[in-house]
Amino acid sequence: MLGGNRIPFARRDGPYALVGNQDMLTTALDGLVSRFGLAGERLGELAAGAVLKHSRDFNLAREAVLGSALAPETPAYDVQQACGTGLEATLHVANKIALGQIEAGVAGGVDTTSDAPIEINENLRRLLLDLNRTRSMAGRLRLLGRLRPGQIVPEIPRNAEPRTGMSMGEHQAISTRRWGISRAEQDEIAAASHRKLAAAYERGFFDDLLTPYLGLERDQNLRPDSTPEKLAKLEPVFGDGPDATMTAGNSTPLTDGAALVLLASEEWAAERSLPPLAHLVDAETAAVDFTSGADDLLGAPLYAVPRLLARNGLGLQDFDYYEIHEAFAAQVAMTLKAWRDPTFCAERLGLDEPLGAIDRERLNVNGSSLATGHPFAATGGRIVATLAKLLAERGSGRGLVSICAAGGQGVTAILEAG
Amino acid sequence: MPVSGDRYQSLVGSGVGRAVGRRLGLPVPPRLRRHQPGMPAVAGPVLVGEARGGRLGDPARAALRSMRARALAAPPDPVDGDRGGLAALVYDASGIDSSERLRAAYDFFSPLLRRLDPNGRVVVLAGIPEQAVTARAAVAQRALEGLVRSIAKEVGGRGSTAQLVQVGEGGEDSTESTLRFLLSARSAYVSGQVVRVGAPGAGEVVRPADWEAPLVGRVAAVTGAAGGIGEAIATTLARDGAEVLCIDVPTQGPALSAVANRIGGTSLQLDIARPEAAARLGDHVAERHGRVDALVHNAGITRDRTLARMSPEQWDSVIAVNLSSQERITAELLDRELVGRGATIVCVSSVSGIAGNRGQANYAASKAGVIGLVRALAAPARERGATINAVAPGFIETAMTAAMPVVIREAGRRMNSLAQGGEPVDVAETVAWLASPASGGVSGNVVRVCGQALIGA
Repeated sequence: MLGGNRIPFARRDGPYALVGNQDMLTTALDGLVSRFGLAGERLGELAAGAVLKHSRDFNLAREAVLGSALAPETPAYDVQQACGTGLEATLHVANKIALGQIEAGVAGGVDTTSDAPIEINENLRRLLLDLNRTRSMAGRLRLLGRLRPGQIVPEIPRNAEPRTGMSMGEHQAISTRRWGISRAEQDEIAAASHRKLAAAYERGFFDDLLTPYLGLERDQNLRPDSTPEKLAKLEPVFGDGPDATMTAGNSTPLTDGAALVLLASEEWAAERSLPPLAHLVDAETAAVDFTSGADDLLGAPLYAVPRLLARNGLGLQDFDYYEIHEAFAAQVAMTLKAWRDPTFCAERLGLDEPLGAIDRERLNVNGSSLATGHPFAATGGRIVATLAKLLAERGSGRGLVSICAAGGQGVTAILEAG
Repeated sequence: MPVSGDRYQSLVGSGVGRAVGRRLGLPVPPRLRRHQPGMPAVAGPVLVGEARGGRLGDPARAALRSMRARALAAPPDPVDGDRGGLAALVYDASGIDSSERLRAAYDFFSPLLRRLDPNGRVVVLAGIPEQAVTARAAVAQRALEGLVRSIAKEVGGRGSTAQLVQVGEGGEDSTESTLRFLLSARSAYVSGQVVRVGAPGAGEVVRPADWEAPLVGRVAAVTGAAGGIGEAIATTLARDGAEVLCIDVPTQGPALSAVANRIGGTSLQLDIARPEAAARLGDHVAERHGRVDALVHNAGITRDRTLARMSPEQWDSVIAVNLSSQERITAELLDRELVGRGATIVCVSSVSGIAGNRGQANYAASKAGVIGLVRALAAPARERGATINAVAPGFIETAMTAAMPVVIREAGRRMNSLAQGGEPVDVAETVAWLASPASGGVSGNVVRVCGQALIGA
């Protein structure tokens, strides 16, 4: 892990409303290239993705390479694993480097919630395809009889699970109630995220991790003066009745942005006098059966981390930093509660003992998604770069990354320095 | 339309506008020839003359041979439609040791000035007056300045320039890089300047393998590189072979990235006015490059207001960015020995710092301070085998000057011997000359890039 570059994250329909995925990704890439002097160089590959993507962006990563200062001889491909995209892409590149197939590569992702890939009504779409297939004029005229006024309304992508029809927030609301996560704890997590992010900006932590873009120098969602008291005033937006505790303040907002990381072999880095910030040690992905209700939609990391720890002979407390993606404050709280819970650890994780509690002072120390925002595929790159730099600043240490994703999946990883 | 958007020049430069301009007696700004890749070092034959007893004629001729220039001892006769023009006049006046002998300079120049081609070059080589053996010699050598500055004013109308190069005792072999610069199209906007070469204790000269790429293998750091003059400097140093570390504030991040990527350099987002900036720059240099060979302090801001109305913030910010940060960064890099052997430091000052300017008390103070920095650090730099010089741009066509009110802008443009504003590349070429390892003998100078502006001297 040599470093990373991202652009500040903007709120939906904000400064990046008209920009689109390809431009944001290319901008983040060019900033990374200039920071490390890679103009005109052929890298092993660029692996990146976007969750909300136009069909014309089928070759998004490759087109970003072609539009950037990298040599056009750099291969690229798209990755999609919902919010796990950025970290999963990082694992792909890291694995190829570890196998010696490539020497250096870039990984990450981008997402826009403003420049939505709106599609035409499904019935209209089928009709148009049928029209294309029908040869005779008579046949075509017959087909036109299927036109209905309602088909004018386009399909706007919804943040909902295809099989359940419920949005991610609605799923998490069920989990929040099941795990008994209080409003107060969620607001505390959210306020802390903003506070820590603001402090990180103030001391210049992001000066070599971020390139300002289109007038934004900091994540637009950041509220440096956020407090639990202010957050307590917000109305719940997910869940029903008095148990509804999830608000716009303790759920991540819809945002636009891109983030990338640069990975390389030791030799490649040494040749260019680029000191590694940290090493990617191991990773584990998991998936859960959420459609039947057996597990929480955002509960996959609960399973991934124990497997990762077991394989590496580590305990949950053997880390200096924890980066848990704040999909919702409740998701973070639920994750930590599950790992403390003897019943869950015994029955679902098959462990003799609970994993235990973590030192909360080591959790998301520079803030996380609740404050920065969460362009889905960009979060992996943001978290990995932040953690790598934290470890480098400390001189040595170990960090745990945990990212949950739509579709009931999760990606986790261990980074080490020194 | 020239790059600068100087509409007046394009209007009276050709066609109907030219005829009308002539009738009305309007000044016609000459079209300056600037350096393009592949151009010869000198545009045509060079006539070399000397006063008896001089020591600089042979070194000059050696430099001209190295430049593959045609050096003549006498002007050619016009033949076959070729009017026998001269691209440059080089005169060794170092032998003139009394006021009576100044007549030799008159004898050389008076018949020849009309033979000088447009975009021609005049270089007078002399001694350093303070080093003269006798008082009479010192007087005569000092008189040469008035002569050269006047020649510059007379030839400027045809786009030609004139400079005085004072060469210290023992510095005869240090003059080639300076002659190459001053005789070429790279010095198109430099005129009426006095350059001191080979002053006592000056550094060693390293001749480059390729004079077209003297900075190969060297690391340059340029502040304020995202646009304007800084971008031109970064681009020109990269053209000359340097690996350029481009530095600017984070707000300029995208533009800075684009510049760095275009020239194959690297970018560092850093607000140099912050107290920890010098240390951070030092850490970055130590980690990524090991040293800096050419340090260019270009970053600068203006906050113009008459002094009576100026706010404390306007005063503080300009001093901090334009001057204090340069001091801190230079000190940091020198103390940590991150400045390589034979390194060059160039600070961008301004004509405003020499002459002052209404509404720019803060800017002028900072830019005059930069000149002070060069003088103060000349000796410490010499101890480390490094040089330090300042360039003082005059009216350079940039976004900054484009935003000036039109009357003030026109006045600024015209009040110099070349009757036009300069381009950012003019400042960049001057920086490139000073940054070259072959300019090891050039230190402690303030070179104006102003087309011989009327204000100051």
